[in-house]
Amino acid sequence: MEKNVHLDLGYWVQKKIKQLGASQSALGIRQSRSVSVDYRDGKVETLKESTQQSLWIEVFAKGRYSSHSTNDLRKESLEKFLTNAVDLTGFLTKDEFRRLADPDLYEGQSKVDLDLYDSGQSDITVEERQDRAKALGAYLEGKDDRIISVASSFSDNHSESYQLASNGFEGHKESTSFAQSVETSIQGKGDKKPQGWRYYRARHLNDLVGAEQTAKEALARTQDRLGAEKIASETMPLLLENSNAAGLLWRLARPLSASSIQQKNSFLADRKGEKVGSDLLTITDDPSIVRGLGSRYYDGDGLAAKSMPIFTKGVLNNYYTDVYYGNKLGWTPNAGGSSNLIVKPGLRSGAEIEASLDRAILVTNWLGGNANPTTGDFSLGVAGWLIENGKRVKSITEMNISGNYNDLLMNLIEVGNDPWIHSSFRTPTMVFDKVSFSGS
Amino acid sequence: MVQMSRRDFVKVTGTGLALATLPGFIRSGFAGVGAGDNPYNFYFQRFGIDEDMIRKVMAEALHYGGDYCDLFFQNELSNSIRLQDNIVNSASTNVTLGVGIRVLNGNQTGYSFTEDISLASMKAAARTAAGIASGSAKAAPQTFNATKLMNYYETEISYEDVGVKDKVDMLQAINDDVFKQDARVVKANVNFSDSENYILVVNSEGGIASDYQPMLRISVGCTAEEDGKRENNYFDYSVRDDINFLTEEKLKRLPREAVARTVKLFEAQTPPAGEMPVVLAAGSSGILLHEAIGHGMEADFNRQGISVFSDMINKKVAEDFVTIVDNGTNPHVRGSINVDDEGHPSEETQLVENGVLRSYIHDRISAKHYGVDPTGSGRRESFKHYPLPRMRNTYMKNGPHTFDEIIANVKYGIVAEQFTNGQVNIGPGDFTFYVKSGSLIEDGKITGLIKDVNIIGNGPEVLSRVTMVANDMKMAEGGWTCGKNGQSVPVSMGLPSVLVSSITVGGRG
Repeated sequence: MEKNVHLDLGYWVQKKIKQLGASQSALGIRQSRSVSVDYRDGKVETLKESTQQSLWIEVFAKGRYSSHSTNDLRKESLEKFLTNAVDLTGFLTKDEFRRLADPDLYEGQSKVDLDLYDSGQSDITVEERQDRAKALGAYLEGKDDRIISVASSFSDNHSESYQLASNGFEGHKESTSFAQSVETSIQGKGDKKPQGWRYYRARHLNDLVGAEQTAKEALARTQDRLGAEKIASETMPLLLENSNAAGLLWRLARPLSASSIQQKNSFLADRKGEKVGSDLLTITDDPSIVRGLGSRYYDGDGLAAKSMPIFTKGVLNNYYTDVYYGNKLGWTPNAGGSSNLIVKPGLRSGAEIEASLDRAILVTNWLGGNANPTTGDFSLGVAGWLIENGKRVKSITEMNISGNYNDLLMNLIEVGNDPWIHSSFRTPTMVFDKVSFSGS
Repeated sequence: MVQMSRRDFVKVTGTGLALATLPGFIRSGFAGVGAGDNPYNFYFQRFGIDEDMIRKVMAEALHYGGDYCDLFFQNELSNSIRLQDNIVNSASTNVTLGVGIRVLNGNQTGYSFTEDISLASMKAAARTAAGIASGSAKAAPQTFNATKLMNYYETEISYEDVGVKDKVDMLQAINDDVFKQDARVVKANVNFSDSENYILVVNSEGGIASDYQPMLRISVGCTAEEDGKRENNYFDYSVRDDINFLTEEKLKRLPREAVARTVKLFEAQTPPAGEMPVVLAAGSSGILLHEAIGHGMEADFNRQGISVFSDMINKKVAEDFVTIVDNGTNPHVRGSINVDDEGHPSEETQLVENGVLRSYIHDRISAKHYGVDPTGSGRRESFKHYPLPRMRNTYMKNGPHTFDEIIANVKYGIVAEQFTNGQVNIGPGDFTFYVKSGSLIEDGKITGLIKDVNIIGNGPEVLSRVTMVANDMKMAEGGWTCGKNGQSVPVSMGLPSVLVSSITVGGRG
């Protein structure tokens, strides 16, 4: 990113918005470059390369608010864009809660170097990217006669942004990310062609899991699906593998947000300080993990990112409170959304926990479903394994789990010592008791 | 409510949300580019391009001898305005401008895009996309021939001519009406958004096509309280139409439906778990088709051999009275397109005809692979993406039964009426859809209400279990968006009332 050019453009936009009559403004300019290579069955399927940039602005004028974005950054286009944006704002209704963050909240950013940028990214050649994508799939050649198709992909991204607010905030971010995936399809019974995949992402290229491991896991996860069927409906423990547990817990983000609370759409409203889960439920939001996929110095409002407990031993500690809904609720803003979520680990490994269960369902895949943030009810499609006496005895699919988060969180009975570090939601293996599975 | 006719409503404009100046209003082009009255001049001016530039960029794209290239120019202007806590207190606008350049070499795709529509930037992007091939240069076409298109979404008024003040008044009136409906309502949210998408597709075979794609969405959500319990629900419309779509009647229906859908949830229960007959009510139940068969019929998955439907063309998959189409030509329906994003005219594609699987949904690559005509289904989210075979409006045609006959046939089951989302694994064919609300059937009669339950089944199995189809086909009214490979496109769906004899309902107990 041409640092001075974009920062200067930001200052120019800021000045222009002020000249047009806005009392306050916030803005961001982002530029990113991405390259991806997809292979299928030993051949390049797609090569995609792109550079993009965009500007977003928030206008606060005469007690009114609007937000805008554009990717046309030519000054003559921007002049018109900004004029219209400020004009439009004047037609809205006044909203006393719309204002920039208290500048005190900009203070206290992490002093730790989060190391989110891999300087080696710019040295990767087109050939190296192709080699990596090809190698991911190549490990599976001849590994299973039933393989119909193997798709593999390698991609990387470099992004940089500036963020400014007219009451003094100035931020700069630069980060890289690398991702690789393998997806396989194999011939199953009849017309069924089970699929499985593995996906890994990291801030630094050297932190990516090895290609062979990625490929082998993808194939194993596909072979797992062979012969899968539903079993009769039953209430029993739900065992979640570490890489899959976030699929159940991320749905808490919405009811934990101040906007849902203020809009009376959260089953967690008015329950701060209350015990809403079992003693094993301890989750912390930590924005300062070095090379973390959700790490940050500040959020979209410019608030300095700080570690904060969400649940401690089942007690609800904090809601995600952005500036606007914080103003409406009279709460001090803390963060507009999650960064890295850390579930406090337990003592045993996933394998040890699995071996200790008499009868349970291990969920390895989610398929659709939804949760109602207002009531806490959920109903989700699942696939995985029936566990009997600590062993995987039958591959299952086409089943649902249903219940209410109020009960589910209280029924968390074990947490593993194996957090999944390849995601911003670092979940370990988890076991929830008394979950209703519906099948045949 | 707004006390003015629709015509008046659009005439009483304040300052528009316009972010770009239109030299005039335009519809899809019909005439040849070489004609004196060049319909593409509007688009050429809008993007600051001419035929010579296009040829130069194509020459760059074919520098290494790709089989084919296309340029997809896009300019989209979107606006949204929101009411919350009784005031219209937030609005946003977005401008998207750019060109995507694709080079095909057999089944292989090279893709790049630029937001800077200058010759130099386009040539650089073209050279990047060209890298998919490794042969000798090919020539760009000398002339371009217009693709003849129909217009399935004639409009009279641009959203640039609709005033903000009018939108504010409209949202405010809807909000007031929400609270008049029921004393249990404690919160209301009203959102209105519009967009105008201008696209121009030019390819190395000399084809050129353009389209103006309008879209409107209006949604009303509310939360109600009763005896310490809260429920939330919504109602929305989304169409390819102008502001005149919103008649007085529709503006009154929005708050009425939103409140009715919310408060009835207080009476609703989670149904029991297990396999049972499920009646899909006419309308957005078409989500069943989208997930159970639509995605599996997208030809990219089939040419790769990984769809559960890969070997099933011309096989009997359902009862004789089951006919399913994917259609891009329904007037003003959200998923309709005059032309796809590869420049092929839209059409009605028969997926299942009288119970027999007929055609996949194709993009250029798959149509060539199978040696068939394109189906006008090559779609993309924006110029930042390459096209893929995608659904448009997927629905089942009317059958021989009636809704009452279907209900009378069910001993114990549910009616699924309102949906929020669905998903499918196209290899095994397992799919789900989430039922926000519906009814319980006992001994052939509707006896109660149900809510918040996921339904899971297997595509081919469920198709074979469609045992009754009514004669009351209805399209969905709301704003459905389909996601695939990281790309979102607007779609719609429809269904007559249908009985699926057995499917797994994710209830409790």
